[in-house]
Amino acid sequence: MRLNNLLERNKDDIVKQWLFSVIDTYPADTSKFMKMQKDPFANPVGNSISVNLGPLFDELLNEMDYESITSYLYPILRVRAVQPILSTSQSTGFIFLLKKVIRESLKKELSDKDILKELLHFESKIDELTLIAFDVYLKCREKVFEIKANEERNRTFRAFERAGLLTEIPADRPSL
Amino acid sequence: MADLKPEELIARTDFTPPRTGWMDTPTVIREGMFCYAAKPKSVATLGLPYPREWNPLDDDWKLPENWKEIIIEGMKDRLERFRTFKIFMDICVRCGACADKCHFFIGTGDPKNMPVVRAELLRSVYRNEFTKAGKILGKIAGARELTLDVLKEWWYYFFQCSECRRCSVFCPYGIDTAEITMMGRELLNLLGLNIDWIATPVANCYMTGNHMGIQPQAFVDMLDFFADEIEDTTGVRVHPTYNKKGADILFTTPSGDVFGDPGTYTAMGYMILFHYLKVKYGLDVTWSTFNSEGGNFGLFTSNEVMKRLNIKMYAEAKRLGVKWILGGECGHMWRAITQYMDTMNGPADFLEEPVNPITGTKFENAKSTKMVHIVEFTADLIKHNKLELDPSRNDNLKVTFHDSCNPARGMGMLDEPRYVIKKVCKHFYEMPRNCIREQTFCCGSGSGLNASEDMELRLSGGLPRANAVKYVQEKHGVNMLACICAIDRAVLPPLMGYWVPEVDVTGIHELVTNALIIPGEKEKTVNLRGEDILNKDEVGPEEYYTRPDFSGR
Ligand code: SF4
Ligand code: SF4
Repeated sequence: MRLNNLLERNKDDIVKQWLFSVIDTYPADTSKFMKMQKDPFANPVGNSISVNLGPLFDELLNEMDYESITSYLYPILRVRAVQPILSTSQSTGFIFLLKKVIRESLKKELSDKDILKELLHFESKIDELTLIAFDVYLKCREKVFEIKANEERNRTFRAFERAGLLTEIPADRPSL
Repeated sequence: MADLKPEELIARTDFTPPRTGWMDTPTVIREGMFCYAAKPKSVATLGLPYPREWNPLDDDWKLPENWKEIIIEGMKDRLERFRTFKIFMDICVRCGACADKCHFFIGTGDPKNMPVVRAELLRSVYRNEFTKAGKILGKIAGARELTLDVLKEWWYYFFQCSECRRCSVFCPYGIDTAEITMMGRELLNLLGLNIDWIATPVANCYMTGNHMGIQPQAFVDMLDFFADEIEDTTGVRVHPTYNKKGADILFTTPSGDVFGDPGTYTAMGYMILFHYLKVKYGLDVTWSTFNSEGGNFGLFTSNEVMKRLNIKMYAEAKRLGVKWILGGECGHMWRAITQYMDTMNGPADFLEEPVNPITGTKFENAKSTKMVHIVEFTADLIKHNKLELDPSRNDNLKVTFHDSCNPARGMGMLDEPRYVIKKVCKHFYEMPRNCIREQTFCCGSGSGLNASEDMELRLSGGLPRANAVKYVQEKHGVNMLACICAIDRAVLPPLMGYWVPEVDVTGIHELVTNALIIPGEKEKTVNLRGEDILNKDEVGPEEYYTRPDFSGR
């Protein structure tokens, strides 16, 4: 468990580096703004990432509770799911960036074989987290499609239907 | 692909995007971020040039051969005609104060949605064609040639601006990027490059009087149906009048309120209010089945088209011989009236300067346009104790208010809606200061961008607004988002559905008439939506939100 202790000890720095590399998935002008603007209302995207990466990292260090993990992933992925400027792999792949951050920040310590072994185990947890992120991302995309499909129906159709201005196609009539 | 080593795979996830400046970053037109092209029939109906089938995703946009000439000529003409356009092209110092103020930039993360860059898209061509420095120094002076890619970039990003004017609030020079977008869209229209969500409503409005192309008899059917619903919930029969010559006031509202939920409840609210004023004070307000649209998507097309649609309201007021016009809870209708009516079709000398006959209040701000906003009108009635209200009937609601861009920034109406809400609801909570009033965040779907096919743009652009709603929902248990714009009432429900599903959407006059004690009413047990008038806390939030009739679903 020496790795866990190391990660615990370096948590603030690792999470910060992770945060910066996630933010850097956006174009330069955007990421500059996201790093600078601290007001959560002026910068909801940066804020949703910065408040949720820490708790996600804690989950990796601990039990990996599915429910808690999804609750931290949703705010991030709900945003990325409606940003076509990012590809699907960019949207969910931000979790992998943590691997790189850890490898770089623990470069020295990783020459120790035991720690390296522990890292392999830890990285498979990161993979698991990424798979959960796929689930969440897909749920968000499904929601977008559902909203798209229902919008017209909910708005106009419902009002017309209530007013009896639409005639139902009788069930025995073949649909066209 | 199969040969990739693990490190290479990981390396591939280090997706550092291009670090090029905006001018050197090619524009990719992405699904979900644009509206479909205008149907040729709608463009032809309006007599606008180059109606044709075309697809933004195709390489060939089927442009006329001399398209470039047309655009440059169009720019020249507009630079001469509109002083603001010329000034806005010249005076930007690229200080960047506006850069991070656009909800589309904040939400999409795309730097070309920074207002300053959006303006530069056009300004770079202006420099190249109309300034000496640009002609000589080219790119160093921020100039570039108008190419097909540039034209496509214009189209993509001028239809990713909702003309909300938030950026202008922060510009030390008062540069209004919304007006630059308007010019951009006018120029695109010279080549038939409109979007269908604008062109077809405009054509419908031109031919039948409203965006949806609903015939007068269906308009009457809808209002009659509302009268039935009102009778069911209140026990009172209201009798709206149509096209009544000699009425005191002509009422005009966006057709969205007549044909789309939840605006329909706001329309019922207007009907109840007019009934009340008729019974109590003898005020005669009439609806028009020909002028059945307050909204003016012409504003998103061109000056000329806006003017053509706007005149209809005044022509109808003249025909009916009313004293003045009362306008419903609409957004951009008020921008057209407050900012452009006077120089467009005004002054409307044939109407009277608006005075509230019940309170005697003169609406000085409407002296020239002769058109009064219904929220101002109702605030005046409440201020003079002319409405009998029981706000406890809205006790099931915890309300916050979304300042719609146009009434807020386009006409400065900030306090009246709050005054009215506080008089008819007991639980009202403001969103954070930098998200309301003149700094309000757009719904993300304004200026004709409310089509379903560009949902990703709408949901990401609406994030700053939704994020502030989420804050008051979590902090105060807010469950109702009030607004005074028909586009808002149509687009905020899906926006909330995605980001804050616990919150539903309403117009203010729905809230007003929930609270209004109508002469002869039966004991109210349900509101206009047919929901029990119950305290949400008594039912418990779980049950409340999961009820099948909870319209936030
Ligand atoms: S007017 Fe609104 S949408 Fe357009 S650039 Fe400015 S802030 Fe963005
Ligand atoms: S704030 Fe005004 S002057 Fe500054 S970059 Fe924006 S438009 Fe230009």
